[in-house]
Amino acid sequence: MSSGSSRSTLSESKPDLLIGRGLDFRGVTPLPYDAPAGKRKRLGGPTVDPMNRAETNQSSKRRSLPKAPTGIQGLDEVTLGGLPRGRPTLICGSAGCGKTLLGIEFLVRGATQFGEPGVFMAFEETSEELGENVRSLGFDLKGLAEQGKLLVDYVHVERSEIEETGEYDLEGLFIRLNHAIDSIGAKRVVLDTIETLFGGLSNAAILRSELRRLFQWLKNKKVTAIITGERGEGRLTRHGLEEYVSDCVIVLDHRVIEQISTRRMRIVKYRGTTHGTNEYPFLIDETGISVLPITSLGLRQEASEERISSGIPRLDAMLGGRGVYRGSSVLISGTAGTGKTSLAAHFAAEACRRGERCLYLAFEESESQLIRNMRSIGLDLAPWSKKGLLRFHAARPTANGLEMHLTALHKRATEFQPHLVVVDPITTFIAAGTSREAESMLTRVIDFLKGEQITALFTSLTHGGDVLEASQASISSLIDTWIVVRDIELGGERNRGIFVLKARGMGHSNQIREFLLTDHGVELKDVYVGPEGVLTGSMRQAQEAREKALGLSRHQEIERRRRDLDRKRRALDVQIAAQRAEFEAEQEEMRRLLAQEESAGERICDDREEMARSRGAAEQRETPRRSRRVIPGGDRN
Amino acid sequence: MKQRRSRPQPLREISAKGKASRDIWDLRLYVAGTTARSIAAAENLRRLCEEHLRGKYRIEVVDLLAHPQLAKGDQIVAIPTLVRKIPQPIRKVIGDLSNEERTLVGLQLRPARTQAGPGRG
Repeated sequence: MSSGSSRSTLSESKPDLLIGRGLDFRGVTPLPYDAPAGKRKRLGGPTVDPMNRAETNQSSKRRSLPKAPTGIQGLDEVTLGGLPRGRPTLICGSAGCGKTLLGIEFLVRGATQFGEPGVFMAFEETSEELGENVRSLGFDLKGLAEQGKLLVDYVHVERSEIEETGEYDLEGLFIRLNHAIDSIGAKRVVLDTIETLFGGLSNAAILRSELRRLFQWLKNKKVTAIITGERGEGRLTRHGLEEYVSDCVIVLDHRVIEQISTRRMRIVKYRGTTHGTNEYPFLIDETGISVLPITSLGLRQEASEERISSGIPRLDAMLGGRGVYRGSSVLISGTAGTGKTSLAAHFAAEACRRGERCLYLAFEESESQLIRNMRSIGLDLAPWSKKGLLRFHAARPTANGLEMHLTALHKRATEFQPHLVVVDPITTFIAAGTSREAESMLTRVIDFLKGEQITALFTSLTHGGDVLEASQASISSLIDTWIVVRDIELGGERNRGIFVLKARGMGHSNQIREFLLTDHGVELKDVYVGPEGVLTGSMRQAQEAREKALGLSRHQEIERRRRDLDRKRRALDVQIAAQRAEFEAEQEEMRRLLAQEESAGERICDDREEMARSRGAAEQRETPRRSRRVIPGGDRN
Repeated sequence: MKQRRSRPQPLREISAKGKASRDIWDLRLYVAGTTARSIAAAENLRRLCEEHLRGKYRIEVVDLLAHPQLAKGDQIVAIPTLVRKIPQPIRKVIGDLSNEERTLVGLQLRPARTQAGPGRG
């Protein structure tokens, strides 16, 4: 304890005891643990320390603490920039949850991507073992070590060969670490797993105080450090390291639920900055660690105005006439055998026809089976596949955990840059995890695809008996356009009906269409909605035929009546003509008779005049002339 | 203080002398600077050796502050650490060696002393 104070006097008085003399080693000067340590502990904390205020002001200008990006996919997003720069971070978790790998990747990426050399102090594995373990992930520790970017120091404490007598400290460790840091100018340090020391040395009190000093020393050294710790009973670490490392604590977890393992990560605390607080699944694959979600922290995706066709004109018509929005998420749900895959294949083929790339993730059928089956409905996907526009990825959903699938999807989408991603079907993911997990995964898939402006098409199998709309409620809110394909059982037949359950941002049809799988693709027909209800299939056809016959006979009847009427009119016309002719004949006769009468009358008058003249009575001459004039007037009619 | 300063010389002489013998004990004491603890350790070690291994030991004191690279070789974590290089197997005793009994056990001198202390030399 008194080593610090006694050093100065002794170093002058007894230099020749020692082989080495250079005592200029300020970095590791062991300080008394009481007052100064307590004071320094507050450094970097949110206390109002005059030294710290400047830093706080500065960071508020930058709105956050200075952070060291890890380069680990997703972790920087979750931590909003990386680990606290120049401070130690505690990573704890049970055995086999990826602590060491996270540390290694932090160093390797720091060395390769950010130009920050790193020291890995391994307490559990030798540098050779470590190098071999991570070689499969493409990390070349040896190569980096040769370039002076990485240094692995294996610290081994074997209890059986150690005897403890009296006072000691861990200055040796400090010296080694300091030497390692200085020799390559390291900015990053990983101590994996320092708690091993508790197994090697018995004096826990000394160890504790020394570890406290070590973490403080790391801070003073201004290296960004990761300290790993084994998860303890009821505590984050077995020996309570979280008490000393208080800036950032990340817990890794590896749990198995229904025989499928998932790794999770949670930031328990991160002083002085906001961070994602959820448990994020992460996985370890051939490229290292990926923390998910990648972009699920916000809803800031651009919304495209562009519409893309479904490949089925009548379906486009149902969707406001122009198909779905680019970059939106489309769900096709339905019971088994309702043609979900066929619809999805239409979407895919149409995308390829437009010259766009399509990634088809098939979880039920292999590529060749899918191509064969689609050929049977007159849809040949093989040419698109050959052209490289259509890429299949077929796998059993249970082959991996959900996270693995998600990363696989993410990776494939990143390298292939598709315009359309088809996941057929998503419901099988529930088999690979719980439905809650599947939901969170789908959220991430959709968020990711939306962020990339990739149209996403999912098919979803609903089980018979389920309420069609309710069974998918967990994901329905994530879906922009939801097309439901359903069985309509009627008259000893099973037919397919299709309707648009929802379509965000477009006026869509509210009608059910009958959906036919013909040998030239999918066809949509109007269903018969009449007084007898909705009819499909042959009942619809029968009804249509019946209607047609009915219509025909009605038409014939009308024609007949029209002809009748015509005939009648014509008959009437003939009658009228005949009557007129008769009348005219009569009239002629009448005229003739009248003329005769007249002439006869005149003759009588003349005769009378003759007679009168002969008698000598001329005064009565006027009257007969008047009556003669009346007759021609009546004749005019 | 004066005494201490003179002592390292005989240690080195002894070590030089011992090179001829096979049974020589090769001990290495790692320290970090001249702290009270490291001096105490060196003192205690010398006394022990004189007592139990007279004439057949060699002590090398390594100051890790001057030679930090040497810490890796013998897996030094704690300071001070005494390493028994020869005879094999390697034994380590950490601390200021103030507890003589424990130190002797650590160096595996304890049984030798009780049964056939002189014979062991």
